Amino acid sequence: MTPWLMAGLLFTPLAWAVLTLLVNFNRGRLISWLGILVQVVVSLGLWAAVAGDGGFHYQLGGWPAPLGIELRVDGLAVTFVLLTALVAAACGWHASIYLDPAKAWHRYFWPLFWFLWAGLNGVWLGGDLFNLYVGLELISLSAVGLVALGGESAALRAAIRYLMAALLGSLAYLLGVALIYGQFGSLSIAGVSRLLGEAGTAPGQTLPLLLMLFGLTLKTALFPMHGWLPPAHGIARSPVSALLSALVVKASFYIAARIWLDLGGYLGSYGLAQLIGGLGAIAVIWGSWRALWQAKLKQVVAYSSVAQIGYLFLLFPLTWGVAEPVSLQAQQGITLQIISHALAKAAMFLAAGNLIMSVGSNRVDALAGVSRFLPFSLFSFGLAGVSLMGLPPSGGFAAKWLLLQSSLASGQWWWLPVLLAGGLLSAAYVFRVYRASFMERAGTDRFFHPSRSLEVIPMILALLSLGLGLVAGPVLSVMVLPFGEGGGQ
Amino acid sequence: MSLASLLPVFALMTSLLAAVIIFTLPERSFRLRTLVNLGAAVIKLVLVGVMIWGIVQGRAYEVAFTMVPGVRFVLRADALSMLFAGLSALLWLLTTIYAVGYLEGSPNRSRFFGFFSLSVASTMGIALAGNLFTFFLFYEMLTLSTYPLVVHRGTPKALRAGRSYIIYTLCGGAVLLLAIAWLHGLVGDLSFRPGGYFAEVEDALRGPLSLIFVLLVAGLGVKAALVPLHGWLPQAMVAPAPVSALLHAVAVVKAGAFGIVRVVLEIYGLDAASDLGLLAGLAGVAAFTIIYGSARALYQVDLKRLLAFSTVSQVSYIILGLCLFGPVGVAGGLVHLVHQGIMKITLFFCAGNYAETLGVHRIDELDGAGERMPATSVAFTLGAFGMIGVPPLAGFTTKWIMGTGALAVGMDWVVVVLVVSSLLNAAYFLPILHRIWFGERQAAWPQERRWGRLETSAWLLWPALITAVLLILAGLLANLPVSPLSWVELIVAREVAL
Repeated sequence: MTPWLMAGLLFTPLAWAVLTLLVNFNRGRLISWLGILVQVVVSLGLWAAVAGDGGFHYQLGGWPAPLGIELRVDGLAVTFVLLTALVAAACGWHASIYLDPAKAWHRYFWPLFWFLWAGLNGVWLGGDLFNLYVGLELISLSAVGLVALGGESAALRAAIRYLMAALLGSLAYLLGVALIYGQFGSLSIAGVSRLLGEAGTAPGQTLPLLLMLFGLTLKTALFPMHGWLPPAHGIARSPVSALLSALVVKASFYIAARIWLDLGGYLGSYGLAQLIGGLGAIAVIWGSWRALWQAKLKQVVAYSSVAQIGYLFLLFPLTWGVAEPVSLQAQQGITLQIISHALAKAAMFLAAGNLIMSVGSNRVDALAGVSRFLPFSLFSFGLAGVSLMGLPPSGGFAAKWLLLQSSLASGQWWWLPVLLAGGLLSAAYVFRVYRASFMERAGTDRFFHPSRSLEVIPMILALLSLGLGLVAGPVLSVMVLPFGEGGGQ
Repeated sequence: MSLASLLPVFALMTSLLAAVIIFTLPERSFRLRTLVNLGAAVIKLVLVGVMIWGIVQGRAYEVAFTMVPGVRFVLRADALSMLFAGLSALLWLLTTIYAVGYLEGSPNRSRFFGFFSLSVASTMGIALAGNLFTFFLFYEMLTLSTYPLVVHRGTPKALRAGRSYIIYTLCGGAVLLLAIAWLHGLVGDLSFRPGGYFAEVEDALRGPLSLIFVLLVAGLGVKAALVPLHGWLPQAMVAPAPVSALLHAVAVVKAGAFGIVRVVLEIYGLDAASDLGLLAGLAGVAAFTIIYGSARALYQVDLKRLLAFSTVSQVSYIILGLCLFGPVGVAGGLVHLVHQGIMKITLFFCAGNYAETLGVHRIDELDGAGERMPATSVAFTLGAFGMIGVPPLAGFTTKWIMGTGALAVGMDWVVVVLVVSSLLNAAYFLPILHRIWFGERQAAWPQERRWGRLETSAWLLWPALITAVLLILAGLLANLPVSPLSWVELIVAREVAL
């Protein structure tokens, strides 16, 4: 059963991508609704299967890697599969109402959306370095296409910039993979890790790791390589921005984290771990600081992504050379941060899209006085903001709590000010938006209420992100499930 | 899990649900909104009453589950939590009535009452929190839900006050989080329990524990308005009167003070805290705050700002009481939690009445107010006398108990602080009372409104009169089993058993 579900998660989106390519936006919408339903059900099924029986390895068609496709699913992977299903379903639903079918370009939304989903599932479920590369490329190319969907020249410029960064990142990653294959004759992360454990390390072997990490951190927009992200995420259509910030950057981080956790112990060093963590810390502060000064609402949210992604890189120092329970705590904290940021940021972008639609302007100061209309989306925006600030009971808070604990336990107290200051700075930019909305000013009596479904979607996501802290226990208990033996044939 | 053990959850949910319903109501449905508001307030009061009755019978109510590995979410009703929960449930009902009258006809009422209910839900959560982690959860929720109330008017001044409020409180929250996380890393998940955890402190832990205590008090002290962390409070006075009443008497400053009470009594324990030399320092800060707040109040021209500085001073009585090393002092501090709430809310109701009815905001405009608004002025006078500590009012009871407590443990200087503070209280309240009752009215009132036969709207008048009666009763009947004092003695007997 499980192998079928896993294969289904990869091939359904591909099939739907081809199907929707053939029809116009409105037909594509109908087809996609059906597809989204299927995907969500299958993802839930896989989640239930893994929660019940543990993880699986599976070689598609019986061919071993590197020729065949090796699929693997553990608690972490299935958590991300489910997260992707939730967020993508929400964004797809939102886009089906939000995007104007009259614009000819928009018909390409659906195929790109489905390719993106296929790529994401490929990354979560992929078992070897090369297949991860394929998934990553699929994601990057469809993401670039989605950014360009805006159609204006600024959107095209942002898309080209994004494409350049993504290609450079892929190239570096691929080079690293090739070097690994040359040295070890294996592409499976687990296999390379085993070989390293038997052989010990020689000095030259860190180069492939460095190359792969460089490529992946570039794609994840780690400071100072984040320049491509704010324009791309800021200018894309709101549902697209939501997909990009919530899921796309997480895919490259996921690969980096898996490589680090399996190979970092042999090939990494304390200095490298601290360097990456330090860059992440700078990203937290710098991204939040820039977010505070943006005039456009979506740029605020985009820079906030740079900051929130910065937290993720604390994984590197907090898992290198520390005791197993401390490392596990850090991994759990980072996973919660990924999930809660995905939900909150998707909610925030969708809500921002609604607000922009309501007031007819994309500037923060255009929101003056809108809170008197009790805009539903403003609530969603605020609730998502609570999670970004890391205030209880949100998932962001649970994540921050675990990271605080593991920083204290590993004696790396220098991350504490980063965690606390990051929260305060995100409060500053969220409250800046809120403050504007409470301003009483003459002449703001026009307010367009978007349709009910558009408003409900970000609210659901924001509530999920807010409630995540309360159910963090069960979520984490599935996440730590290891691989079982079985399924492979 | 029986239905009765879920009572704390229900008490929390009443105002949370009320908030959700109110947010969805259209602006114009005045009656339905008022009904939901008052209904929820009454139900909550009944629930709290039932829990108090149960606790007297020796029952305990607790709900707990694991949130993050190693951290539990605990809601629990014990004697101490009921002191705060009872106060806030009672005063919420009165403040709701008052706010309905106060905001009549003004814009954005749905927004206001929604966040108002959320604030009360947070306060209830703070009262019922069973460990520091849960306490922190609601403590931050309170910050977020009171912000929209402070900036309710939307004027540049209100927005500035809101910014200062949010900066102070969120920074305080960050410090608090650091302290809680550190404590958690050292010793694990700590439920509040009588006597605390650190009766015997290892030498290696003394340093970190002292530092954590300082961080905890600093984080909580922002809301409790300990000098020098009090800067936000006078600014926040631009909020509407019911909000000020709520902030000062029930919610924000009390949440800070209540947190310090929890930390001192039920995490560290009185013995350990004084053994580490922490209480002496805290007593110094509290004493300084008491004098400083009163002294600043002397120089205020705006009535609400004066009351704000008076709050700064009065809330530190609670903390000073804790530092008196003995059950009597603790009782004095705890009972002041209730007494100060009732007195201060009376004063704010009255100040709001003067502002709404006569348009008076400044002290020098109050001449002759007693003639125009006798009932409000009587209530105000009672509140002011209570603050000064005139027997037999509530404030006298507090000061008397604290004075005897201080003498019993040989801290004579505390009596000096109490006397000086009372003199200062008299020095700033008596001139106001003189203006109200004996001042000659020269000019017309700045902005007078008429409400038929009554001196002001009944919605505004009755809450002030009720709290004024309560503050007489709290002092006069202090020895009866239904008084706050006897409840506090129950707490002290159960929890501080020294």
